[in-house]
Amino acid sequence: MSSATALSWFARHELRLAWREWFAMMTGGRRKRARVAVIGLLLFAALLHVPAWAVIGRFADLELPLDKSSLIVISATIFLAWTLMLSQAIESVTRVFYARADLDLIMSSPATLANLFSVRIAAIALTVTVIALLFSTPFIDVLVFGGGARWLAAFGLVVAMGLSAAAIAIAVTILLFRLIGPARTRFVAQILAAIIGAGFVIALQVAAIMSYGTLSRFTILTSGSVADHAPDVDSIWWWPARAAIGDSEALLLLLALGLVLLGSVMAIFSGRFADTAIDAAAYGASGRTSAKERPFRGGSRQHALRRKEFSLLWRDPWLISQTLMQLLYLVPPALLLWRSFADSSAALTLITPVIVMAAGQLAGGLAWLTISGEDAPDLVATAPLTSSSVIRAKIEVVLIAIAVIFCPLIAALAFISPFQAAVSAGAVIVSAASATAIQLWFRVQARRSQFRRRQTSSRLATFAEAFSSIGWAASAALLLALPIAGLVSGLITASLVAITWKFSPRRE
Amino acid sequence: MKPDDSALEVLGLTKRFDRLAVDSLDLTIHAGEFYALVGPNGAGKTTTLRMIAGLLRPDAGAVSIFGIDALQNPVAAKQVMAWVSDEPMIYDKLTPLEYLEFVAGLWGIAPSVSEPIAEGLLASLGLEPHRHERCEGFSKGMRQKVALAGALVHDPRLIILDEPLTGLDAVSARHVKGLLSDRVRSGCTVIMTTHILEVAERMADRIGVIAAGRLVAEGTLTELRQQNGHADTSLEDLFIALVTLQEAA
Repeated sequence: MSSATALSWFARHELRLAWREWFAMMTGGRRKRARVAVIGLLLFAALLHVPAWAVIGRFADLELPLDKSSLIVISATIFLAWTLMLSQAIESVTRVFYARADLDLIMSSPATLANLFSVRIAAIALTVTVIALLFSTPFIDVLVFGGGARWLAAFGLVVAMGLSAAAIAIAVTILLFRLIGPARTRFVAQILAAIIGAGFVIALQVAAIMSYGTLSRFTILTSGSVADHAPDVDSIWWWPARAAIGDSEALLLLLALGLVLLGSVMAIFSGRFADTAIDAAAYGASGRTSAKERPFRGGSRQHALRRKEFSLLWRDPWLISQTLMQLLYLVPPALLLWRSFADSSAALTLITPVIVMAAGQLAGGLAWLTISGEDAPDLVATAPLTSSSVIRAKIEVVLIAIAVIFCPLIAALAFISPFQAAVSAGAVIVSAASATAIQLWFRVQARRSQFRRRQTSSRLATFAEAFSSIGWAASAALLLALPIAGLVSGLITASLVAITWKFSPRRE
Repeated sequence: MKPDDSALEVLGLTKRFDRLAVDSLDLTIHAGEFYALVGPNGAGKTTTLRMIAGLLRPDAGAVSIFGIDALQNPVAAKQVMAWVSDEPMIYDKLTPLEYLEFVAGLWGIAPSVSEPIAEGLLASLGLEPHRHERCEGFSKGMRQKVALAGALVHDPRLIILDEPLTGLDAVSARHVKGLLSDRVRSGCTVIMTTHILEVAERMADRIGVIAAGRLVAEGTLTELRQQNGHADTSLEDLFIALVTLQEAA
C-alpha cells in the first residue's frame, strides 16, 4: 500500500469512527431508532429557525459598508461562536488523548506516526467544523431568506472559524501537556473549555452590569464608548464581520488563514502528538496518589454511602468543570445583586430565573452521577441496606450539594428582598427536586465515565429535565412579576413533570 | 456433618431469561465448607450465585443463609455474606484504603475493628505499597485484589465468589487461594465458581457440576470418581464426561 493510499484509508477509518460515534449518540446505540433520530433532528433543525429568526432576523438587511456599531455587534457574535467552537475543540482533543482505545494499535503499526496523527488532527478539525455548520445553518438560513444570497458567505466563515478553533485547541492542549504534564492537563483542559465557552458572554454581562446595571450584553456592545475605542471601519479586525456579509476578499483571506494555521499546527505538532498520547496513556497506567493518612471514620451505613458519594463528586473533573461553569454563569447575577445593595433595580428580578435554572441543571447532572453512575453496583446491592435507603442517601447528597452552592446567594438576596429570596429558595428546591426525580425515574445502571452520553439512555428524560428547569425558572420569574401567570406556569411545569413520571419505566 | 449445620440451602431455584437459565436447582453447603461450582459456559453458574447473593430475583425457589430466608429478609442475609464477581467493581477515584473504609461502613463495622483488618488485608494481598494510590491506574489483578479485600473486611460468614482468579498472575492467585483457605480453616464458608478445574480439585471440599441449569453431579472428588466409575481419573476428564453426557441427554 502506498503512503497516500494508507493515509486516505486511515482518513476513511477516522471518519467512519466519528460517524458511528455521532450516530450512536443520536440513537442511543439502537439502530432501530435511526429513522426516529433523523426525523427528530430534522424537526429540531426546523424548529431552531424560529429562535434564529427572533434573534438575528432583524440583521438580515445589513449591507456593506457597515457602521461601527453594527460591525461591533456582528464581530462580537462571531467571536462568541468561535469561543464555543474552541471550547468544543479542546474537549475533542482531550478525548482523543485520554479516551481513544486504539493508540497502542496505531503506535505499534509500521505506519509513519506523524502522517497518521496529521490525519487525526484533520479529523478533529472536520468534526468541529461540521458540528458548527449544523448549528449555524438555521441562523444563516434566516439571514439568506431575509437578506439574500450574499449571506451564504457566512458558511465559508464558519469553516474558517472551525479550522482555526481546532488548530488553536490542538496547540493549546499539547502545550499544556508540555508545561504541566498529563495528570493536570486533563483537568485544566476541561476547566479551560468551560471557561472559554462561557467566558466571553459572562465578561460582556459583567461589563454591562458595571457600566449600566443591566444583564443585557448588547447594551455594552451598542454603547458609544465602545464605538469610540473600536478600530476604524477599514481595520482587519472587521474581516470576519465583512466576510459574513459577503465580502469575498475577506472571506478568502480568512479561509486561507484558517488553512495555514491548521497546516502549521499539523506540521509542528503531529510528531509530538504521538509523544503526548504515550504520556497520556502512561498517566492512565500510573494512577494518582491522593489521600492523606487518617483513621477510619465511623457513622451509620447511610453516612458511609454519603461520604463515598461526596468523595467521588469532589474528585470528578467533569463535575468540577461543569460546576465551575454554572458558578461562572452565576457571577453576573451575583454582581447585579451586589450592585443592588446600593441601588435597587428592576433588573434584580432576573437573578431568580438564572439561579433556579442553574440549580435544576446542576441537580440533574449530580443526580445522574450519584444514582445511575454507580461504579460498584454489585457491592452496594449486596450490602445490608434496603434499596430505598441507598437511594435516599444518594438523593440527600444531591440536595446537600445544591444547598451548599445556592444558599449563600439566596441568603444575600434575602437582605435586599426577602420575598424574592423566599420565592427563589422555593423554586430552587422544586427545580432541583424535579431534576433529581426525573433522573431517579429514568435511572439506568452505567459507569460514571459514561456521563457525557447520559442523554442517549432516554431522550424523554433529557428533554423533561431541561423543560422542567426552564419551566420552574420561568414560573419563579413570573411569580415575582405577575403572580397569576407564575401560578399557571408552575401548574404547567408540574403537569409536565407528572407526565414524565407517567411515561417512566415501571420498576418492581 | 450434622444436617442442621448448613450455611447455605437452596431449594428449587429457578430463573428464566429468554431460555431456562437455572432449572429447579437444589443445593446445600455446610458451614466451614469450601464448595466449588464448575460447569461449561452458559451453564447457569453465575446466575445461581447472583440469585444467592440477592442480585437477581429468582422466578421460583428458596434461598436460606445460616437459617435466614434471603428472599424474605435480604438485609439480614446480606449482613453475613460477601460477593466477589469476576469483573472487579471498585471506585477508580478512591484509594484501596478508602474503599475498605467505605465497605466496612456499609456493613456497619466499627472503625476500631475494621481498620486493623483492612491494614492486614492490604499487607497480605501485597497492596500495602499502593494503599494511597487511587485505583484508576491499577491492573485488573490489583483491582481484583482490592475487591477481594473489600469482601473480607467485614468478616463475612459466607463468601460467594464468581471466577475470582480471572486476571490474576500466579503469585497473586496463590495469595488469594491462601487467603480463602485460611478463611475456611477459621470457619468461614466459601462457594466459588471457577473454570480452573485444578483449583477446584485442590481447594474444594466438595464440587458441584452444573450443566444446562441443573446440578448434574455433586460430592468430593473421590465421590465423583466413584459415581462415574473412574477411580483414577482427573476432575477435568470427569467434568468432560459429565457435561458430554448431559448434552447428549
